[in-house]
Amino acid sequence: MINLENPKKFRALVNQAHQVAASVFRPVSRKYDRSEHAYPIELDMLASIMDGMNDGTTGEGAGAGKLKQDNGPKKEGIQNGTNMSTVLSLAELCWGDVGLSLTLPRQGLGNAAIAAVADDEQFARFGGKWAAMAITEPGFGSDSAAVRTTAIRDGDEYIINGEKIYVTSGERADCVVVWASVDRSLGRAAIKSFIVEKGTPGMDVVRLEKKLGIKASDTAAITFTDCRIPASNLLGDPEVNVEKGFAGVMQTFDNTRPVVAAMAIGVAKASIDRTRELLKQLKVKTDYRTPYKLASQLEAKLYRYEAEWEAARLLTLKAAWMADNGMPNSKEASMSKAKAGRTANEITLGCVEMLGMLGYGEDELLEKWSRDSKILDIFEGTQQIQQLIVARRLLGKSSAELK
Amino acid sequence: MAKDIQGMGLGLAVRFSGSEFARKYKLRRPAEKLAYAGTKKGFEVIGQMMAKKKAKKSEDPKMLPEPSTAGLFDLTLSEEQQMIKDTVRSYAEEVVRGLAHDANEDMKLPETYLQDIMDLGLNYFSVPESMGGAAQSYSPTTNAIIAEELAWGDFSLAYATLAPVAVANAIVKWGNQKQKEKYLPDYLAETPVKAAIAVQEPAPLFDPAKLSAKAKKTKSGFKISGVKSLVPFGGEASLYLVAARYKRRNRLFIVPGDAPGVQWQAAPAMGLRATATGTLTLDKVLLGPDALLGDDSFNFEAFMDLGQLHWCALAIGACQAALDYLIPYVNEREAFGEPISHRQAVAFMVANIGIELESMRLMVWRAAALAEAGKPFHREAYLAHILCSEKAMEIGTNAVQLLGGHGFTKEHPAERWYRDLRVLACINGGMHL
Repeated sequence: MINLENPKKFRALVNQAHQVAASVFRPVSRKYDRSEHAYPIELDMLASIMDGMNDGTTGEGAGAGKLKQDNGPKKEGIQNGTNMSTVLSLAELCWGDVGLSLTLPRQGLGNAAIAAVADDEQFARFGGKWAAMAITEPGFGSDSAAVRTTAIRDGDEYIINGEKIYVTSGERADCVVVWASVDRSLGRAAIKSFIVEKGTPGMDVVRLEKKLGIKASDTAAITFTDCRIPASNLLGDPEVNVEKGFAGVMQTFDNTRPVVAAMAIGVAKASIDRTRELLKQLKVKTDYRTPYKLASQLEAKLYRYEAEWEAARLLTLKAAWMADNGMPNSKEASMSKAKAGRTANEITLGCVEMLGMLGYGEDELLEKWSRDSKILDIFEGTQQIQQLIVARRLLGKSSAELK
Repeated sequence: MAKDIQGMGLGLAVRFSGSEFARKYKLRRPAEKLAYAGTKKGFEVIGQMMAKKKAKKSEDPKMLPEPSTAGLFDLTLSEEQQMIKDTVRSYAEEVVRGLAHDANEDMKLPETYLQDIMDLGLNYFSVPESMGGAAQSYSPTTNAIIAEELAWGDFSLAYATLAPVAVANAIVKWGNQKQKEKYLPDYLAETPVKAAIAVQEPAPLFDPAKLSAKAKKTKSGFKISGVKSLVPFGGEASLYLVAARYKRRNRLFIVPGDAPGVQWQAAPAMGLRATATGTLTLDKVLLGPDALLGDDSFNFEAFMDLGQLHWCALAIGACQAALDYLIPYVNEREAFGEPISHRQAVAFMVANIGIELESMRLMVWRAAALAEAGKPFHREAYLAHILCSEKAMEIGTNAVQLLGGHGFTKEHPAERWYRDLRVLACINGGMHL
């Protein structure tokens, strides 16, 4: 039955997330934007509360560590599960602050990777830890197959060598999921992901980036020099299967792209809400009564942003709904990320523009949101990469044909 | 005894294969094939539905009901919706698309088009079961699906098919019992009803809240005057639902097409040409006491919203048609030694069409589902129309662009989609989900 309203069963969870955003994140939002690299101590308490929220109230929980394509035995009827609840609650958290949401302990993208591909033994060892994700290197970004970091098998261990950059929570997390090649002559099929625990000799956080936005979240450069890890820390299938290629490691993205889309939805909503509030004080009416074409330029712009925002939100919910119901959603996940990423950037920048100096100044958070939003159209696959994925799916083209 | 859907569908399929229309357009064989493939699946489904219904009645009343999906986010069509969708799409593909080019050029409907498309049974679905029709309940989401699938065949022909259905939908939703009993049975007759809703007026910056058409009470009924634009059917409609100012509110009046003082004059526009649009002038037209649709609970805003959503659904169908047409074209068309779809400049335009098309559909479905559930849906309809207006034209213009010079010619339907899709941002009313 067609229904595109937020499921009732997640109302309590969404409300909790909103409360956290409003009462915990917003009050310290500017503080950690100004003091980049300072650890937001407020979050430790919050993380415990979140763990409780996850394991308690809804029964199914939410968050990066729970994301999984539901391929298990078919459940009766339509499901609204963890992908949906994660998307909904994360959007609320990012309404509060994207940077702080990103640095929530145990909610890293590495946790999503572990949830998606770890076996039971690995899940038992790492499921409760905070895991960052290390893919990008100085020499490549979008072209994930160009990994130069190597992981060479040596008895019961792998020896990792290489440099990773732009590792979100790379300094704060307990461990890092590292993409490395087990045999560079075999191309992308040889790329595997490995869990490296903090403190492993040979792993060094060498730098923290200074950034345009999401300053509350640490972004680390990490080097691996003859860094030895147990062979059992390899996630997924250790065999190099040239046929299957890259699919294993890329699988994670189908689940995490709607999550990043949700972050974009959250920050865009923050801008819309605040702008609407400020315009109301200036007696600009935004009650959907004036016909669009007869509305003032300001009103019309806000309506348009709201329409775009709703579209992005619905695409994201659709992608999450598909994942919850075991439907392959690679195209829809990329659609949601493409739409939400660019829309959030346009809206947050546009709201600053609409309000002029009020939007541009640091007295309001609008300028911050417009800086924070930019990364959401870049990480987890840029706008252009999402378009490539969508185009290949629609056109039935391989990555060799449509480059 | 009321016909059940399965029986009726079978009747329709048989009638279609025997129709003059099928012979004339050499459609019998494809239609049979289609009827087989489509109905086999469709009727199996319907059969199962009926069996289930029957089985339920004999169930132990103490047994627990099936798990409810109520309150869950869900995009699954019901079995009935899926069957209707498949059937309408097949008809759009096999019949409507083939008629579109000439109908547009001729600026009129193919002679027996409205008669022939009755085989699809859409008229039955606009009348409630209690009055002999097939509609189990009033369903804006189902209506949106029908509009989309039919417009996949052709925007203009879909508009012509559904304009009378929109009148029926409005009577079902807003009319009083007397009005329903008077007008709805016509939809179950053998000949097609030509009827249309007329709201739009030929004024720049037209605001539907400030209609210049006016109605007054008279001793024996009402008197109505005004001018309405983009009214279809070349003046042949038997019935118009005309929006006019009455007692400081906007109301709808049921106006017979042949009432003295009703005049229609051809006024072609850039699109919707097959429907033969024109300007309707009402000069002190006298109406009976039952001409005012519904009572004081009539909600003009909701009426307009349902209309705009109906147009949006039509546009989604045309946009989907454009995407489906473009994909094989850009894959086959070569430039610089390879298919043009291997170039990102082309591929990204296709990707964006896919993304925005899905955006449009989800926005419209959401508003329609709220309307169906009897919940407020004005904001959602308002935003859906804004989004669809912009994206539909973007898709229309890019469809021509991707075909290059070929897109600019009448060899391809893209230029027609381009012209038809322009209407979405211009139109106010005329339809009703």
